[in-house]
Amino acid sequence: MNKLNTFRSGVDESGHFGIYGGRFVAETLMPLILDVEKAWEEARKDDDFWAEFDYLMKHYVGRPSPLYFAERLTEHFGGAKVYFKRDELNHTGAHKINNTIGQILLARRMGKKRIIAETGAGQHGVATATVCALFGMPCVVYMGETDVERQKPNVFRMRLLGAEIVPVTAGTGTLKDAMNEALRDWVANVEETFYIIGTAAGPHPYPVMVRDFQCIIGNETREQMQEMEGRLPDTLVAAIGGGSNAIGLFHPFLDDESVNIIGVEAAGHGIESGEHCASLNGGKPGVLHGNRTYLLQDDDGQIKDGYSISAGLDYPGIGPEHSWLRDIGRVEYVSATDTDALEAFKLCTAKEGIIPALEPCHALAHVARIAPDLPKDHLIVMNMCGRGDKDIFAVAERFGFEM
Amino acid sequence: MSKQPETRITRRFAQLRAEGRAGLVTFTTAGDPDTETSVKILEGIAEAGADMIEIGVPFSDPMADGPAIQASSLRAIKGGMSLRKTLGIVAEYRKKDDETPIVLMGYYNPIYIYGVDAFLADAKKAGVDGLIVVDLPPEEEGELCLPALDAGVNFIYLTAPTTTDARLPRVLEHASGFVYFVSITGITGTRSAQATDVAGHVARIKAKTDLPVAVGFGIRTPEQAAEIAGVADAAVVGSALVDQITANLDDNGKPGPGTVDAVLGLVRSLAEGVRSAKKTEKAS
Repeated sequence: MNKLNTFRSGVDESGHFGIYGGRFVAETLMPLILDVEKAWEEARKDDDFWAEFDYLMKHYVGRPSPLYFAERLTEHFGGAKVYFKRDELNHTGAHKINNTIGQILLARRMGKKRIIAETGAGQHGVATATVCALFGMPCVVYMGETDVERQKPNVFRMRLLGAEIVPVTAGTGTLKDAMNEALRDWVANVEETFYIIGTAAGPHPYPVMVRDFQCIIGNETREQMQEMEGRLPDTLVAAIGGGSNAIGLFHPFLDDESVNIIGVEAAGHGIESGEHCASLNGGKPGVLHGNRTYLLQDDDGQIKDGYSISAGLDYPGIGPEHSWLRDIGRVEYVSATDTDALEAFKLCTAKEGIIPALEPCHALAHVARIAPDLPKDHLIVMNMCGRGDKDIFAVAERFGFEM
Repeated sequence: MSKQPETRITRRFAQLRAEGRAGLVTFTTAGDPDTETSVKILEGIAEAGADMIEIGVPFSDPMADGPAIQASSLRAIKGGMSLRKTLGIVAEYRKKDDETPIVLMGYYNPIYIYGVDAFLADAKKAGVDGLIVVDLPPEEEGELCLPALDAGVNFIYLTAPTTTDARLPRVLEHASGFVYFVSITGITGTRSAQATDVAGHVARIKAKTDLPVAVGFGIRTPEQAAEIAGVADAAVVGSALVDQITANLDDNGKPGPGTVDAVLGLVRSLAEGVRSAKKTEKAS
C-alpha cells in the first residue's frame, strides 16, 4: 500500500472516497444534489455559519460533552484506562443533534421551507423534529411501519415536537425503506424541501457534510485528552451503523499514526447466522441510496434487511468513508453480537451508573474484550453516543422483565 | 454527441418517423406476477401494439418508483426473478421476434454485482438494445454508460423538469437511442402531466439534440397517450399496465386467468390512442 500523506483529505471532486461514495441518484434529484453541494462548499468556508453552529452546540445542545474517566470499569477490566466521550448527555440524548443542527442551518441558508428525514429507532427523527421546532419549519419523518410499532415513545416525542410521522409499508417496512420513501418525497417536492439524512451516507456531499458536523466529537476529545492526560489517546472505539458517531470521533485522529482506531459493527445473532447488520464484515461493495459502499445483499444484488437488537444500527449499508478506511487498512472493523451488547449494557449500568443506549454497548463489548490485556497506561476512548432510555423496553423483554 | 450504436431502437424510430407517427413503449417487470405470466405478456405485447418493449429488472429498493412498480418488483423477486433470468427471458423472446427493440430498465446494483463487462456481453448476446438505469446520472457515466456505448448498446438518459437548460448538454452528451423525458417531478404512476407543459419541455430538449424524445411517468389512459403522442416521439406506459396485473391477482397473490388479456387489452387501446394522434410539428 502506498502511504498517503493524509487520510483526512475528504473526497475527490466527484465525491468519491477511493471507489466509494459518488452520486448515484435519479436525474430529477441530481440538479438539487449539485445545489446542496454548492451551498455546502460555501457554508463550510463561512465563519458566520460556524459561529452560529458553535453557539447552538454550546447553548442548546450543551457541548462540549464531558470526557469521563470510567474508573470502576477500568478497575473491573484491570488493564487499559477507559474513557467515555459522553455524547449521550447532549440535548435529545445522542450525537444525532450535532448533525441535524448543522443541516437545518444549511437548509435555512438555501431558503428551503420544508424538512424531511428518515428514522429507524427514532433518534434521528427526534433530533430532526427538535431542530424543526427550534427553527419553525414543518417536518415530515418517514419511519418503517415495524419501527413505528417498536418505538412508540419516540413516535410520540416526534409528534409532540410537531412532526408528521409517515409509517412506511413499502418493501420490508424498515429503515432502508424509510430512506427510499424519503428520497421519493424529495423527488416529488424537490424545490421547497431539504432532506436531512441521519448518517454519514447518501449521495455526495452528505457523507462529508455529516462527517464535518460530527467531527466536533473528535475535536473535543483531542482537546480534553490533552488536558486530562497531556497526550493523545492510544485507542478509539465506536459503534457503527451508518457510522456517523464513529467518523466524527475518528476523523480528527486519522493522521495520528499512534492512534489505533476500531469500529464495532452489530453482529446481531452472529455473522454466520446471516442475521446481522455488519456490512463491512458480512457484506460486499454495491450501490444503494446514492453511494457505493459495503452492503448486505444477495448474489443478484438485492438488498437484504439488517438485523440487530439495536434499531439504530439496523441498516444494511455503511457510510462510504468507512468502506474506504477499511480497504486501506487505517481503521479496524470488528463486530459484537446482541448478547455481547446486552452484557455490556448490564456491566455499564452496574459499574458506572450510566444506562447506555444499545448502540454504544456494542463498542463497550469490544472494549471489554481488549482492555484487560492492554497496559495500565494505555488510553482508550469509547464514544458513549446515546443514552439508554429508548431501549429499556427492548432490554426488559430480553431480561424477562414485565414492564 | 457521442457515438451512437445502431440498434433495433434507432431502426424503429426511423421507421416511425417514416410512418409519421409516435410510438408506444410499454413497461412491465420481468417475472411479474410470475415468470410464466410475464413471458406470456411479452409474447403478445408487440402484436397488441407496443412499438418498443421496456422490461423492468426487479430491484429490492426502487427509489424512483411508486407503489405499483415497487410491488411488482417485490412480487418478481419473491418468485425468484433475477437479472440473469431476465436476460434469459430476452434471449428466449428473440427466438420469435428479432425486430422489436428491447430496453432494460432498472437500478445499478444488480448490474454492478453481475459485473459490468459480463453483463454487457450477455445483454448484447441476449438481444438487449438499450439500458435505462435510474440511478446513473451523467456524473457516473464511467460506470456503465461509456462501456455500454463501446459494447454497442444504447444508454438512454432520463431528463426531468428539474434538468435546467444549462445542465441539458451534460445529460445529452453521451445519450443514445432516445431521450426519456420524465414528465413529472415525482415517482412513477403518481401524477399526470399536462400535455402543454410536456410540449414545452420536449421542445427544449429537441433544441439541443437530434435524438427522439420519449415521455413517461404518469401516462395512464389511451387519451393521455394520444395527447403525449401529439407532442413527443413516443409515449411510455408502465404503472397502468402493472395495475392491470395487480387487479387480476387472487387472494393468494396468484394471477387470475384474465391477467394476460387484461394487460394486452390495455396495450391495444393505448396503441390505438397513440396511432390516432396527429403529430404536431413544432418549431424548436
